[in-house]
Amino acid sequence: MQTKKANKLTVSELFGKLLSQQIFIPIAALLLLAIFNLIADPSFYKITYGINSAGAPVLSGYLMTILDYGSELAILAVGMTLVTAASGGQDISVGATIAIAGSVILRVLCGTNSRPDTLQAPIIVAFLVACVVAMIFGAFNGVLVAYFKIQPMVATLILFTAGRSIAAWINNNELPIISDPVFSYFGGFIPGIPIPTPFFIAAAVVAVAALALKFTNLGLYTQAVGINESSSRLNGLNPAFIKFLSFVILGLCVAVAALIKVSRLSSINYSVIAKDIEMDAILAVALGGNALSGGKFNLTASIMGAYVIQFLTTTLYKFNVQSDALPAYKAVVVIFLVVISSSVVRDYLRNIGSKISKKGVA
Amino acid sequence: MKDKAVLEMKNIHKNFPGVRALQGVDFTLCEGEIHALMGENGAGKSTLIKVLTGVYGKDEGQIFIKGREDEILIKSPEEAQKAGISTVYQEITLCLNLTVAENMFIGRENNVYQNWEKMNTDTTKILKSLDIQAEATQELGSCSIAVQQMVAIARAVDMECKVLILDEPTSSLDEQEVEKLFKLMRDLRAKGVGIIFVTHFLDQVYEVCDKITVLRDGKLVGEYEINDLPRVKLVSKMLGKDLDEKTEESKKYRIYEKKSGAVPVIETEGLYSNGGIKPFDFNIYKGEVNGFTGLLGSGRSECVRAIFGADGILGGTMKKNGKTVKITKPIDAMKNGIGYLPEDRKVDGIIGDLSVRDNIIFALQVLRGFFKPFTKAEANKFADEYIKLLGIKTASANTPIKSLSGGNQQKCILARWLLTNPEYLILDEPTRGIDIGTKTEIQKLVLKLAGEGMSITFISSEIDEMLGTCSRLVVMRDRKVVGELSGEELSQSMIMSTIAGGEK
Amino acid sequence: MQKKRKTLTDANLLLTITIVVFFLMYIGAILFQGKGFLKPQTFFNILNANAALLILSCGMSVVMITGGIDISVGGVTALVSMCCAVYLDYHNGNVLGAVAIALAIGLAFGIVQGFLVAYLDIQPFIVSLAGMFFARGMTTIVNTNPFNVANEEFVALKNVRIIIPGMGSLNKLGKYVNAYVEIGVIIAILVVIILFCVLKWTRLGRFFYAVGGNSQSALMLGINVKRTKFLSHLLCSLLAGIGGFVYFMHVGSGAASHAMGAEMNAIASSIIGGTMLTGGVGNIIGTFFGVLSLSTIQNIVSSAGLDQAWWTGITIAAMLCLFLVIQSVVMARKKK
Repeated sequence: MQTKKANKLTVSELFGKLLSQQIFIPIAALLLLAIFNLIADPSFYKITYGINSAGAPVLSGYLMTILDYGSELAILAVGMTLVTAASGGQDISVGATIAIAGSVILRVLCGTNSRPDTLQAPIIVAFLVACVVAMIFGAFNGVLVAYFKIQPMVATLILFTAGRSIAAWINNNELPIISDPVFSYFGGFIPGIPIPTPFFIAAAVVAVAALALKFTNLGLYTQAVGINESSSRLNGLNPAFIKFLSFVILGLCVAVAALIKVSRLSSINYSVIAKDIEMDAILAVALGGNALSGGKFNLTASIMGAYVIQFLTTTLYKFNVQSDALPAYKAVVVIFLVVISSSVVRDYLRNIGSKISKKGVA
Repeated sequence: MKDKAVLEMKNIHKNFPGVRALQGVDFTLCEGEIHALMGENGAGKSTLIKVLTGVYGKDEGQIFIKGREDEILIKSPEEAQKAGISTVYQEITLCLNLTVAENMFIGRENNVYQNWEKMNTDTTKILKSLDIQAEATQELGSCSIAVQQMVAIARAVDMECKVLILDEPTSSLDEQEVEKLFKLMRDLRAKGVGIIFVTHFLDQVYEVCDKITVLRDGKLVGEYEINDLPRVKLVSKMLGKDLDEKTEESKKYRIYEKKSGAVPVIETEGLYSNGGIKPFDFNIYKGEVNGFTGLLGSGRSECVRAIFGADGILGGTMKKNGKTVKITKPIDAMKNGIGYLPEDRKVDGIIGDLSVRDNIIFALQVLRGFFKPFTKAEANKFADEYIKLLGIKTASANTPIKSLSGGNQQKCILARWLLTNPEYLILDEPTRGIDIGTKTEIQKLVLKLAGEGMSITFISSEIDEMLGTCSRLVVMRDRKVVGELSGEELSQSMIMSTIAGGEK
Repeated sequence: MQKKRKTLTDANLLLTITIVVFFLMYIGAILFQGKGFLKPQTFFNILNANAALLILSCGMSVVMITGGIDISVGGVTALVSMCCAVYLDYHNGNVLGAVAIALAIGLAFGIVQGFLVAYLDIQPFIVSLAGMFFARGMTTIVNTNPFNVANEEFVALKNVRIIIPGMGSLNKLGKYVNAYVEIGVIIAILVVIILFCVLKWTRLGRFFYAVGGNSQSALMLGINVKRTKFLSHLLCSLLAGIGGFVYFMHVGSGAASHAMGAEMNAIASSIIGGTMLTGGVGNIIGTFFGVLSLSTIQNIVSSAGLDQAWWTGITIAAMLCLFLVIQSVVMARKKK
């Protein structure tokens, strides 16, 4: 009897603890979507083992699609979380800079010929060049935000406007096509491994981020600057530099995401690649329960948020929603999230809550 | 309501999260009187005024205004204006991007169209009558601060008001302008307007005011006729120390015996910053506790901020143990073994959403460097050690610091700096807004640390705290160092008279 | 004695820069790009093509002066075009009804966004970002495929040419052709004039400046800050509705990809025209010249043979960047 009682207590305690955890929000959203799909059409969860067009054995199904296509988003969510935490704003140029970085990769791989028979440079070199370029563009945003004190979203508007044009310009508006099958591994499957490669890349990025948070003070500094800039300065930090750094790190994430994106097609479409991904990345951060006004962050929750969004996207696709119409649904989710998290609404709800409890006492 | 009273506030209460800003304050203003509202920092003057003008809602209490039978509810500055209350706030609350004329008239009229011509001629007339050196069509941002302040005053005066509130209007005015303002105030008084005047310049209070109301710690101390309250008595009321105790005042004062040939730990010469202080000299020896004293706005905080490199340094030199050091940003000071507990705990001290543990290890962590984070075990060890040592009351080291009480927050910040083991520690108002028990704990700790060889500068608004800890006091008035007291000079009366300007 | 020297205020400084930049650019175009730019019609064509942008930019300026931002205007334009197109062709609607639809869409966006920003205190950027995605998505939901409107009444209206008396040029065949503008230009000019008057001579207009300059001070001066913010967003979205209809009249079709990036062009025009992002400073005349500068540069870029699409994007971004940095420097100077 007694053990049962004790168990009950721990269960309710556990539940209470879970509720207060930040990660509860994306988990709850995920559960909601999962249950919806289970009721609407359980075949959503079917995973089949087959042979793809390249003759390699692969797993396929909606869940694999989510794991596959959620990768770029998860990678961006890492950088976007840091930028949000440090600067209290978001970078809306990530889609455009993915186009730039992707274009750089193709340019290095193809050289002057847009359809080379052999690669003109090792893939790793192309990737590193793209990393440097993306970090430079990140640094450009960072300088405008940290040193010129322009609001992040407006500062990144510049690259949002110009990014895709710059990407087209890098390749003379040609559409290079890579025929080397190795290049397609990054966005597809490595022969013999039935799980999509982007998932492994995302896992690697997350692992690197986790190590960076563990073995440096990146997390502490970023949060401190985001929460209280004045106090951080008085404790010896350089808030401007921390903000700058967060944008550079986001640049690195962009380069990795770009590699996956261009590898999927072995080519690039400047105006369509990573379109609207900035919205999804911001939404991932918000869904992760991180304040969009900066401060404390939870990276795990953001990454969860990214996969939840991909879950939502895949679900909508399954119900034949056109890709162009997706933003309308997501916009409704965003508005819902910001409204319930706005301080005015929270105060209002709290007031009502306390009034009800007062009445209860009386 | 009394016959002559134009404004009556009764039993006003106002709480902010964690702070009881006003506790049952009464205030009465009569027609044709200039009424000074006095009190130290945090006494509740500004809160009282903001309640009156509808910037804050009140939690309890009533406000009556002449001409209306029943209690009046003021929910916004707009409504306050309509009720005949016009205000000049401490910080300039005008729009710098508009013209002088617009700032005079915006928000006052109800017509849809704006008649620039009439507005400009009216403004020119007012400016001329008050002898303000500005043009109606000039953008306000291009005027000097003093002119901006005069425009704010002109706006408030020009409204047909029954009550005029002047919340520290003179801090940016020169003598002539202050004279103009006083003449204006006397004219208005003659017309029957009630004026509430807040200032920290004692001379000005005695020059124009008829009555004084003193607040302390959000409570009413009393209302006095100007002639009944001499200057030193006023200071004692504001600081919360009754002068009658003077006779009982023990001859106990702290003495620091400096070893011959000792070199100061920190020595400044002609140091000044963009915080608006005059160049000052300062020194402190090993194991000494000294302090800056002066009224609010006298520049005591700005001095220590300059030493710590928190404001932009404009000139002067600084030596540490006899060697010249260059301190331009806080990290320089920290590397030189200086710690600084800031005056405003909420804005400059705590990092609210972070845990107690992270707040405690923060400064040491920054000193250690980006690539050398403490392990969780190390951090917990430090945090637990200091939570125990200082008796910080918190559920765990993981609790966000913002959910702690003010006193415990302050102890965390203190722990943060003690952990860096500084040679020289600056404590700016470490005891403000915290309970008495913690106050004495902190004082004891300061003495203990000094005994162990740490040099400490201690700033407090409460003189007995300063007397209880410091062996030397630097007295400041109007952003200048005006004296240094030590030994037998360290007494309540001596300090007060030095602050008040050498008069009794 | 203080001198009665008239200092160049920040607002006037930014405005002057813009106007000078525009004229330099136009003169440069005439000198280096040949006589095309000397023809009045070239200038009026710039106006014809950018009348909608001008209206959108005016709305954007109002929001920015009040200290906010609205990036949903491009999406609203596309949504208005599509709804009007569908109404006219699939439901046999009349032009008046289409105008009503345009205004209603603008009003609806304005009310929702204004409420969220002003009364729930949510960052305007997030609100209007969601607004933009909602509008774009809705456009596709209303109708997926782009199509040209065939409604006769509308086509007649679309083809109205208003002749500018006394101006014209010889065409390729040597025939004298009068210069003309479309109806949209007249509407845009009217909007500019009305908004100029509103901002300059009405109480509300001055409230916009006060709130944008310092919302805390504005509150202390007795201004209803929330209502002012709400009205600024309402006005902007309403103008986006009108701008959307003007755009629709110019292109005569509905498509989900319409007015892509128009919000960025509108923001860029406002900033180039001297409107401060931080609020409180700006001028409709400046915005007018901002739009002209932007569209002239686009014209120059394309007639210089750099007609690859990317040059426009890059030049606009470069101009935006330049003017943002100028503003940032002006602000830094002001703080001293």
